[in-house]
Order: sequence, then structure tokens, then C-alpha cells
Amino acid sequence: MDDFQYHAPSSVDGVLSALRGADDGKVLAGGMSLLPVMKLAMAAPSDLVSLRNVPGLSDIEDHGHCLKIGACCTHAQVAASSVVRERIPALAAMAGRIGDPQVRNRGTIGGSVAHNDPAADYPAACVGLGATIITDRRKISSDDFFGAMFETPLEEDELVTAVCFPIPDRAAYAKFENPASKYAVAGVMVAEDSDGVRVAVTGAGAGVFRVAEMEAALADDFSADAVAGIGVSSDGLLSDNVAGAEYRAHLVTVMAKRAVEACG
Amino acid sequence: MPAVTMKVNGVSRSAEVEGRTLLVDFLREKLALTGTHVGCDTSQCGACVVHVNGQSVKSCTCLAVDADGAEVTTIEGLANGADLHPMQEAFREHHGLQCGFCTPGMVMSAIDLVNNNPDPGEADVRQWLDGNFCRCTGYHNIVKSVLAGASAMGGGS
Repeated sequence: MDDFQYHAPSSVDGVLSALRGADDGKVLAGGMSLLPVMKLAMAAPSDLVSLRNVPGLSDIEDHGHCLKIGACCTHAQVAASSVVRERIPALAAMAGRIGDPQVRNRGTIGGSVAHNDPAADYPAACVGLGATIITDRRKISSDDFFGAMFETPLEEDELVTAVCFPIPDRAAYAKFENPASKYAVAGVMVAEDSDGVRVAVTGAGAGVFRVAEMEAALADDFSADAVAGIGVSSDGLLSDNVAGAEYRAHLVTVMAKRAVEACG
Repeated sequence: MPAVTMKVNGVSRSAEVEGRTLLVDFLREKLALTGTHVGCDTSQCGACVVHVNGQSVKSCTCLAVDADGAEVTTIEGLANGADLHPMQEAFREHHGLQCGFCTPGMVMSAIDLVNNNPDPGEADVRQWLDGNFCRCTGYHNIVKSVLAGASAMGGGS
């Protein structure tokens, strides 16, 4: 990979000013997405601004109606957190199946959402659970945050500091994973709360998306049978050597059924 | 170039590195600790697993500068002189290797498993080794070795 200027400031303000002073600066959290992309020369930032010395970004707080998870919380930390396991077990279980143990020891929630990989698990968890992304300057709903592949509304000098997850009445995540890398070929988060049902799909499309027809069917009848006959169009879905678009479309329905069943 | 200092296998080591220097390259090329291997270089195979501050990580996907100030343990830091670590001994006893290329990463990963789960079952071991590939496909004896090593460790390193 190309060399870069490395910064390791000790405050959020220091991170922001380092980003502003760079031609093409990128934030480095766990590096589980960014470093592989840089090795492949798909990104060559002039500056990397590490979060490793910034305190206060790794807390998990129970705010009653929601859990606030600091941006630098690792997947292993979220998976093992007693408060997450008790309040949103589907989120802890999802985090515990991201990648492999070594990826979970380094990869962070903030890095995952900011990167917005179309096969990442967190976008489905955020959109499915109706999470809010918190940055140094604003709050963005998940429905507005996750754009197409690798696209988010984050400014060049904006830092994700936390993600807030409302507590659902019930939720579950099911994914069909790539056997080598464990990324989602198709992953579905189903969640129900007093506002209704949300069904969010990752891995299958160019970005996370909701399936309104399944949400309406589940609001009426929360059962696997209710979604069994609902398919998504393969138009625009990803197609690669792992799975074609039609197969991914099929997997979306299967994973939705499994997630609903797992909700109990 | 940035200077880094880290404690590697209990010894403080310092060097100047480029920002882009990976931890695995720092260990292998600056410190000549070549027991840590590079297999895939794409974070999948786990041949490069070392411990950073007590947690297993893939050193091919970690910057040396990001490990500044850390405590790092590599495969070379496990044995006590001629006495192998119980996990190493278990791999030897149960023939948990064929070509041996993946073995350092397997052993480092397995020890982290036992540190997290002192009494793992076979399913726990197989799931934990998601990130460690053996291209000889010698998983059967590797799993036997990890279970025996976990038992010999008596619930921690």
C-alpha cells in the first residue's frame, strides 16, 4: 500500500483538525475494512487519523429507551456486553458472528457503519432496529445514513462517535455467510417495536434496504409463513462468483423466515 | 519516519517504521521473529495471528504504528526455554499439524480461545477457528490438539 502521514490525536477535536489539515484524510479505527482496501490500492489516503488515543468512544450506556454504543466499541465487546445481551440479544448475537474472532477483536461499530460495506452486518442491524448514528455535530437516522455501496452523508471531516439503538420488543438476525470471510451473502434483521415491524436486508443489494411488503405482512401476522411467499426482485441485486442475483433474492426470503422464527 | 516502541515477548523493542508498515512486517523484518507467518495477506487465513494486549489479532491487518506502546506476544514468546507451552505441547502430542505453516496462528488463536472460554467444547473450538485456515485440511487433529491444550492449560494461560 502507499505510504501516508499517520496521526494519533488524543481528542475528537484533534481528529477533526487532523482531517481538515489533510488532502485526503481517512479515520482509522480497527482497520478491518480500511486496511484491506488500502492494500488492494482501492484507497490511498494521504493521511490516516487513528482513534486509538481518543478516550470515551468505547462506552456502552443504557439510556432506558435505547442503548448508546460508542463508535470504538469492538464487535467482540458488543457481543460480550452483558447489557447488550440482556437488552438487545439480537444485536449481541449479530456482533458475535461478524468475521472471525480476530476481526471482532479489532473491528468497530463506528468503522463498520462509516465504511458502509454492502456485505457488512451492522447496516442491517442499524436499519432494522431503527438506530440513530451520532457524529461530532449531528444525529442521522439509519434510513438516511446508509446510501449505496460505501456511500454515507458523512462530511470529509466528520466523525461517527456513537450509535443509539432503540430497544425492540423482539428482534433477530439471520445471515447466509460466505464460508471463508463470513460476510453476509444475504443477511436479514427483523425487529418489532411499538412503531411496527422493520425488515432490513444486507449483502444482497448494493446497499442495505428495507422490504416494505414483508414489514406490512409481519405487522398483520408475525410468523414465518407470513413472509414465506414474499420475494424480492433480483433486479439490481449483487451477482458474483459466490451467488447470483436470483439466488440472493431467494436467500432474502429464506433468511427473513429464519429471522422471524428466531424472534420466537 | 515514525518511531514505535512496543514490548514484544516481554522485551521492549523500538524502531523507526513507515506509517504503512504492518505489524507482521515489523515483527518479521525488523525483529527477525519469523515464526509469525504471512499466508493470505487479506485478513482471512490467520497464519499471522499474534496477541496484542492479550487479544488475538491478525498482524497482517494492523499497523505497527497503531501497536505503539502495546504488549505483543508471538509464537516465539510462549515456550519457557525448552519447555513448550501446554498448547504447543498438545499440538505436538496430537499431531495437530501437517505442513506446519498455519500452526503458529492456530496456537496463538487457540490460547486466546482458552483465555476467553476456559472449558471449550468441540463446537466452540471449530467456531473459534473460523479465522484460521489449514490448507492441508488437518482440522481434525487441530481440534483434538486445542481441546487437549485447553485441558492442560487448566483454564487460562
